[in-house]
Amino acid sequence: MRCDELSELLASSPDVSDIADRRARKHVEGCLRCQAEVAQYRKLLKALRSLREELVATPHGLVGDILVRLEEAGERTAVRSLLAGRRAAYVGGLAVATAAAGAGAAVLLVSRNRRLRAAA
Amino acid sequence: MPEELAALVTAARDGDRAAFDELVRVTSKDTYTLAFRLVGNEEDARDVVQEAYLRAYKGIGRFRGDAQFTTWLYRITANCASTHLGKRKKHRHDELPEDDGAMYADTDSTRDPQASVVASSLRDRLTSALDDLPPKLRSVVVLRDVYDLSHEAIAAELGISETAAKVRLHRARRKLREIVFPLPGEEDEAHAV
Repeated sequence: MRCDELSELLASSPDVSDIADRRARKHVEGCLRCQAEVAQYRKLLKALRSLREELVATPHGLVGDILVRLEEAGERTAVRSLLAGRRAAYVGGLAVATAAAGAGAAVLLVSRNRRLRAAA
Repeated sequence: MPEELAALVTAARDGDRAAFDELVRVTSKDTYTLAFRLVGNEEDARDVVQEAYLRAYKGIGRFRGDAQFTTWLYRITANCASTHLGKRKKHRHDELPEDDGAMYADTDSTRDPQASVVASSLRDRLTSALDDLPPKLRSVVVLRDVYDLSHEAIAAELGISETAAKVRLHRARRKLREIVFPLPGEEDEAHAV
């Protein structure tokens, strides 16, 4: 087994005990070059993890800009819901008016039929 | 601090706008740092952060709380950064083939790696190496190795398969190692044991 065949494996498993392939693990345990590479990956991962605590300086006014955009989004949402509410009221009113007209027409029809029957 | 954050998240989910504003103030440095690491410059990071908070604001009602709020926000930021980078097609890195390892490998076999590490601090070298990675590789290694997101979450937010996420992670780690800890004669020496 050659060191360069293990390159990807070492990048994915910097802990030798995590290497499932027995042949590969045996090679690494007996190879100074691969062990050096493993040690370097461990150092690299430790350094990468430590970057989590290191914050980049935020540009001036960033929070203000975010809050303004949120405000605008909130206003847009409010306008949309207001319009949606008005639309619902309009549609509801129309439905009530239609129902009332229908009921009126039905009453007229019934009373007309009764009058016709009484005349006959 | 986590309890304070949890209380703010609960209030924001219930529609308390002031609570959400406070969440922005508390988390913006962390979110900006992630955005900056993903896109590599201030202007784009600013856009990504604003878009991320806007999406978070619209989606906070759907945040179930089974993950940490910061992790949820990282995922949104990663997704926004990925979309942003997708739009930025003329970036110099996008024109490079992903396998162009020679560009990142240190081929000067006479240099003493220990001396190089001493010359500049490990963290500086690492930050610089991260900046030089193509965005596709940088995103994955930052999200996995710095912010501890799962392969599944990374794949979902970047719109790639888990296998692709793993492959990119190995490539990214390898390139970083080659830059930060170059082995003498690494490129041409292939010894068998």
